Amino acid sequence: MYSEKVMDHFQNPRNVGEIENASGVGTVGNAKCGDIMRIFLDIDDDGIVRDAKFKTFGCGAAVATSSMATELVKGKTIQEALQVTNKAVMEALDGLPPVKVHCSLLAEEAIHAALWDYAEKHHIVIEGLKKPVDDISESEPQEEY
Amino acid sequence: MIYLDNAATTKTAPEVVEAMLPYFTEYYGNPSTVYSLGNTAKKAVNEARRTIAEAIGAKQEEIYFTAGGSEADNWAIKAAAEACAQKGKHIITTKIEHHAVLHTCQYLEKQGFEVTYLDVDQDGLVDPEAVRAAIRPDTILISVMYANNEIGTIEPIAQIGAIAKEKGVLFHTDAVQALGQVPLNVDELSVDMLSASAHKLNGPKGIGMLYIRQGVKIRSFVHGGTQERGRRAGTENVPGIVGFGAAVRRAVKRMEEKAAKEIELRDYLIGRIQAEIPYCRLNGHPVRRLPGNVNFAFQFIEGESMLIMLDMKGICASSGSACTSGSLDPSHVLLAIGLKHEIAHGSLRLTLSEENTKEEMDQVVEELKKIVQRLREMSPLYEDFVKKQKA
Repeated sequence: MYSEKVMDHFQNPRNVGEIENASGVGTVGNAKCGDIMRIFLDIDDDGIVRDAKFKTFGCGAAVATSSMATELVKGKTIQEALQVTNKAVMEALDGLPPVKVHCSLLAEEAIHAALWDYAEKHHIVIEGLKKPVDDISESEPQEEY
Repeated sequence: MIYLDNAATTKTAPEVVEAMLPYFTEYYGNPSTVYSLGNTAKKAVNEARRTIAEAIGAKQEEIYFTAGGSEADNWAIKAAAEACAQKGKHIITTKIEHHAVLHTCQYLEKQGFEVTYLDVDQDGLVDPEAVRAAIRPDTILISVMYANNEIGTIEPIAQIGAIAKEKGVLFHTDAVQALGQVPLNVDELSVDMLSASAHKLNGPKGIGMLYIRQGVKIRSFVHGGTQERGRRAGTENVPGIVGFGAAVRRAVKRMEEKAAKEIELRDYLIGRIQAEIPYCRLNGHPVRRLPGNVNFAFQFIEGESMLIMLDMKGICASSGSACTSGSLDPSHVLLAIGLKHEIAHGSLRLTLSEENTKEEMDQVVEELKKIVQRLREMSPLYEDFVKKQKA
């Protein structure tokens, strides 16, 4: 069901944990739907993401996308981090099963939420960053009987 | 490997396979033919039918073979609804039925039928008096499962059956999880129809049956031949039927011993999990429960992650989390017993067989402890909970 990359990031997730006094923290998802992602970013004075960590409640894909997303933003500028889309996360994981695509959207959203938190704390505006929605659960197509 | 998903399917018993084999290559004749090759197959089909009928206290001619439990459920509900539509269009069932029943009822709702889905209590029990209260003059069918496939709760079928009989309403029970696990008698239960499947009791996949009480008028399910008294046409799955018969014979013979062993293992496993893993909840009735069923919800973590990690340790289990169902909602059964969504997502079902050992249970608990802890360390819900505890 999952690619080897997804299994690797699930079994050996990178960057699990918290960052004390993080520059920005974003929590997205909905426990009702079974996924919550929290991403912590440490951003230095030059606007470089020095560190990223995560905590996730969710399935194998949710853990793997969190792990990959944190890997992808580390060392990036804020603008580059903003470009880490769900597609980029999925590609880096060699794809996800269709029912798990929403996990990658959640990862993208969690990064955006953390960046938004950073921007608010520092009273800055990050160009191209919209206020994240905290619940991105999609409406599933109704099954036909 | 430790296999703990016997409610999903079971290993076909070697003696069942052995009983089936000659009917593939030696006695492959069509039971409907006149020559003796076909007659041998016909005799074997009838013998299996007799074995199964005896096991549930039915007559041989009341057993109709189907391709499985889902087909039997579909047939019972659709064909009964169609046959009784003149009398009324109201059906009573419960919120915890298998999808083979629920989705069939939802289909019928689209055809103009009205369905009452009864609530269950926190252990998953249906109240027979709630069934009585739901019966209306236009009620044509009641369908309540014998035992739940997820949480293992055994329903008061005899009491519900007595009410249905008193009110003159057809009564169907989905006994897919029960046949071969607990004693069943169609007269004591007052059921008019009963569904079962072979692969849940160490028989082959692809074969099941519907018991239809003599005199009950429901429509034929498959047209095109005289097989199964014209109600379910098509050349019989002879090896499957023979295997089903062999599996039932085997299950009946060892039922008591098997149940005793499974209950001992089950309660041992439940006890250790409750004692050693914090923030968990046993789902299903503590006593009125299938011998091999263990179902827990672990707070702050999600089921699919648990399953993958258990699989990495060679343990096969299942979960009622949304991620395992392909939708965003967790199991309808867990929601019906009152679990919150986020707790239902953290459910784990372990269904035992008599082949499991105490050593395996110990190994499962040890692995599970590590897995639950690891996932909790990763969980923002647990982080929030711990912070709240400290505050």
